[in-house]
Amino acid sequence: MNDLPAVKLVDVSFAYDGPAVLEGVNLELGEGEFLGVVGPNAGGKSTLLKLVLGLLEPQAGQVQVLGRPPREGRKQIGYVSQYPTFRRDFPISVAHAVLMGRLRHGWLPGRFRNRDREIARQAMEETEVVDLAGRQLYTLSGGQLQRVLLARALACEPRILILDEPTANIDMRIETDIFDLLEQLNRRMTIIVVSHDIGFISRYVNRVACLNRSLMCHHTADIDGKVISELYGSEVRMVEHVHG
Amino acid sequence: MSSLFDALLQYGFLQHALIGGLLASVGCGIMGSYVVVKRIGFLAGGISHTVLGGMGVAFFYGLSPLGGALVAALVAALLIGWVKLRWREQEDTLIGAVWAVGMAIGILFISRTPGYNVDLMSYLFGNILMVAGQDLWLMAGLDLLVLMAVLLFYWPFLAVSFDEEFARLRGVPVTFFYLLLLCLVAVTVVLLIQVVGLILVIALLTLPAAIAAQYVHTLGKMMLLATLLGMVFTLVGLGTAYQSDLPAGATIILVAGMNYLLSTLIGTALKRRYGLSFSRETSP
Repeated sequence: MNDLPAVKLVDVSFAYDGPAVLEGVNLELGEGEFLGVVGPNAGGKSTLLKLVLGLLEPQAGQVQVLGRPPREGRKQIGYVSQYPTFRRDFPISVAHAVLMGRLRHGWLPGRFRNRDREIARQAMEETEVVDLAGRQLYTLSGGQLQRVLLARALACEPRILILDEPTANIDMRIETDIFDLLEQLNRRMTIIVVSHDIGFISRYVNRVACLNRSLMCHHTADIDGKVISELYGSEVRMVEHVHG
Repeated sequence: MSSLFDALLQYGFLQHALIGGLLASVGCGIMGSYVVVKRIGFLAGGISHTVLGGMGVAFFYGLSPLGGALVAALVAALLIGWVKLRWREQEDTLIGAVWAVGMAIGILFISRTPGYNVDLMSYLFGNILMVAGQDLWLMAGLDLLVLMAVLLFYWPFLAVSFDEEFARLRGVPVTFFYLLLLCLVAVTVVLLIQVVGLILVIALLTLPAAIAAQYVHTLGKMMLLATLLGMVFTLVGLGTAYQSDLPAGATIILVAGMNYLLSTLIGTALKRRYGLSFSRETSP
């Protein structure tokens, strides 16, 4: 591997049509890190991810993915969005949805080889959805769908995995399962995960970025009630815990 | 029905109508499935109505109206696709504008063409009994074009219909394939104009595919079933229209519409009775 940071943002500002959503954001994420991004609603979390993915262009500042502009660097990114960007009742099987992760650049993106199908199957094994391969997407529960989307992202063979609120609509037990899986995946890839639940993710990530228009980074152990109440602007109850 | 069969053997124009209906069903089954799963019925409606502009202009200058329709449909598809991709916020207003302006242009040109105003009705509502032999060849050619494109680009079309954002992130040229898909919809619209006219096109494009979607759950099967349903609807509609002396296009649409209503009602009743849709239990 090289010394280039996985993701680098320098003085990035962004606004849709009104006031700034992000202002002067700096971030440098090394390869192999597990970053949690937290912050209030409309604090710019999803916007930050879209800038990294090259889906949005910053008005000021610079974004780099593995040392390159996002539109090139994003080939190395596996992405799981917050809301499915497709219709739940779309007629497609789990196996084919995961195979979409193997689409390649160019004019015939769907010339899948056996190797592509094998990689897709491995991704499904890793997220434990092989049994669902023949099922239609609309028959899945929220937790199953999330695992399928994770498999699709893994099928891209990414160096960076980006997840936007991966566990927003599923129950606590499955949330733990998914984060246990992310912890394993972190051994071979950089992970950025957006979450609203700072207490929960601080058990897994090694750095937390608090985003509310501007960004502040904390190492997990430094997070206490003061940080959280500054970020959210109100008293938040939190259980004191020590990292082993 | 036997008198229809006799008439079929006897009259060339009925044979043409029948073949035309079957050919149109192929295009509408394939592209209609995309229109339904991608929910671009409004876009397809915009494309089909704008076609009147091209037909009017072609008519005025004494060119082939079907050729004019094809050009206008492609231009409309690119224009509407561009609007959809660039101005997402005002999409419905802009598409509505293209829709109405296209029709207005067509009506102006037709009104300035001496002696042909009667034909306006057959463009708007179709005239399957007037399909000529050379039109059938054109229709077959357009069908072949649609079929080849879908066979070649099955995966990119699936990727773009299923999840545009993800396809873009994977480096699929989404804009190109999206516009190509709309152009194929435009070609299909022209196929269908002969059969049901440009106002009723949208029904034949969406209803067979929408019924198919209630029973099968892959895009390929949907296309196949929608094509078969389209064929049945045009045949039954044509037969009914012939025997009762009704306008063919409108009758075909009513047959399709009634079947859609019936299928939906039965589906809802079954769902209520058994709790779950029967199609939910798809095994791996």
